[in-house]
Amino acid sequence: MTIMKSLFGATAIVALGAAAATAEPGLIIDLGGKFDKSFNESAYNGAQRWLEESGASYRETELQSEAQREQSMRRMAESGANPVVVLGFANASTLEKVAPDYPDTNFTIVDMVVDQPNVQSVVFKEHEGSFLVGVLAAMASDSGTVSFIGGMDVPLISKFACGYAQGVKAVNPDANVIVNMTGTTPTAWNDPVKGAELTRAQISQGSDVVYAAAGGTGIGVLQAAADEGILSIGVDSNQNYLHPGYVLTSMVKRVDNAVYEAFEAGAAGEFQPGIKVMGLDNNGVGWALDENNEPLITESMKATVEETKTRIIAGEITVHDYTTDGSCPAY
Amino acid sequence: MDLATVIQLLDSTLRLATPLLLACLAGLFSERAGIFDIGLEGKMLAAAFFSAAVAAMTGNVWIGLLAGTAASLALAALHGLASITFRGNQLISGVAINFLASGLTVLIGQTWFQLGGRTPSLEGAARFQEITLPLAGVLEPVPVIGPLYANVLSGHTILVYVGLLAVPATWYVLFRTRFGLRLRAVGENPGAVDTAGVSVVGLRFSAVLICGLLCGLAGAYLATGLSAGFVKEMSAGRGFIALAALIFAKWRPWYALAACLLFGLLEALGNRFQSLEVLGVTLPTQFMQALPYILTVVILAGFVGKAIPPRAGGAAYVKER
Repeated sequence: MTIMKSLFGATAIVALGAAAATAEPGLIIDLGGKFDKSFNESAYNGAQRWLEESGASYRETELQSEAQREQSMRRMAESGANPVVVLGFANASTLEKVAPDYPDTNFTIVDMVVDQPNVQSVVFKEHEGSFLVGVLAAMASDSGTVSFIGGMDVPLISKFACGYAQGVKAVNPDANVIVNMTGTTPTAWNDPVKGAELTRAQISQGSDVVYAAAGGTGIGVLQAAADEGILSIGVDSNQNYLHPGYVLTSMVKRVDNAVYEAFEAGAAGEFQPGIKVMGLDNNGVGWALDENNEPLITESMKATVEETKTRIIAGEITVHDYTTDGSCPAY
Repeated sequence: MDLATVIQLLDSTLRLATPLLLACLAGLFSERAGIFDIGLEGKMLAAAFFSAAVAAMTGNVWIGLLAGTAASLALAALHGLASITFRGNQLISGVAINFLASGLTVLIGQTWFQLGGRTPSLEGAARFQEITLPLAGVLEPVPVIGPLYANVLSGHTILVYVGLLAVPATWYVLFRTRFGLRLRAVGENPGAVDTAGVSVVGLRFSAVLICGLLCGLAGAYLATGLSAGFVKEMSAGRGFIALAALIFAKWRPWYALAACLLFGLLEALGNRFQSLEVLGVTLPTQFMQALPYILTVVILAGFVGKAIPPRAGGAAYVKER
């Protein structure tokens, strides 16, 4: 019996070895869906870019419910995918548990830090990018009141809100920043009806620029803003094209670059565990300018925001990160 | 709180209450006939998807509305088939419909539009436009009543008015017609109805189909009235809140209107104020979001009068063994 066991074991190891030699990277798309026009879609685009450029293939799976996290992570690792990229802060505790069980598999987690020897944690300085769009919002606002709509009420989303509020106050210290969160459960990422209703409530309080960091809910926010004739700011992917002339800009978070680089490093065998920070300096975050929002951005706005960007990179302006102490100086 | 804030809150309340109201009345017909329906959510979702998808393809929201209602009716018929004809468990059939709608909408949406289960954004005639009620402009200067009429009641899409008119219509059908009497009887004592020579199966099927029709309107309103397109899982639990409202309303149409308006108002308050000061106590927005469920539990526990469901609810009718 023991011989049989070791035989099986040996076969399994051989099979694993064979899989590792032809390892494909794996991507686990988070709740919200592959084409959320936002976070997940950006990751998917990064994977597609890698696919086209390298000519190789990758494995992909999409979470349908909160309960599937561990199962799909394990299945992905067992299928021989390497590295495995998981998206979103909600995966942290699961990965903490799963990663030690697969020491030969490299994991990359976006948006959260997991301290394991085979895990690379990619975090973005969303507060810096949000600061920049806050500057633009304050300059574009006539009423002196701007607003923010977050998805699920988690510290990461408050990080967006806090950076934005600081950017607004940097231009106009008297400005009023209204902050709303859609909800406390994952349905908050997919509720455009509530997003639109929150937008209308904010407009009635005087807001004329609304920044949405809310996944699929943001589609409703941008739509309501366009319907009511105020400006909106998109998030994660460049969403300027959704309502040309009404989307002031988008706070782009280059999740695609993070995924692309993780795949690239995995293929080249240069995987580095630890924390990787993507900020303004390495184009991890930024603001979007294209033909759809060009008429909305004046020369002075462009000059101010670029100057702010340089000063943040140089360290002359420090943007407070909400997640470090759970409080925000701007509201 | 000034008048403008109150007006905005009430305006928002009416918008948010409408899908709840339509779904609640849908559940009312079904449950009064003795068929529990926790598939309201799924039917709304399917209707939201098909109305938005067909409206996007044809550019005509009315054709979209027809398609959405048809989809909801199809699911209602399925529920009827499973729980009336084959005497299956009504709750399980309802759960199955919720899962079916959740999966099918994304699958079909992805096949049709390649947008990950979303539909393209609807523009112009592909979505319901807000309509201004007659005399809204003339009456506006009248104090209190004027702004209430012009800014709260006027300026919604047609389905809001359909929802409001559905309340007296439901009351009339259920309590003033022969059909309504039989429908209520079949939910209390189907054996008696059968003895009187009236078809229990026929009555229950018509109730379930009316439920499908109203759910279809609710779903279409979500996707083509309140927003401009379908996003996966966009019903976001409204079907379940509607069920809660139904229990809260003790299965009565006018109470249903009040319950849905109350739940809509709570949501509107939660949207408008992140935290609300009431008598020196700060209520966080999460509390407002949970309040519909808390209230329902309180009602169910029998603290505020008794909520007695139709007696034959949940049981399939077996003519003879």
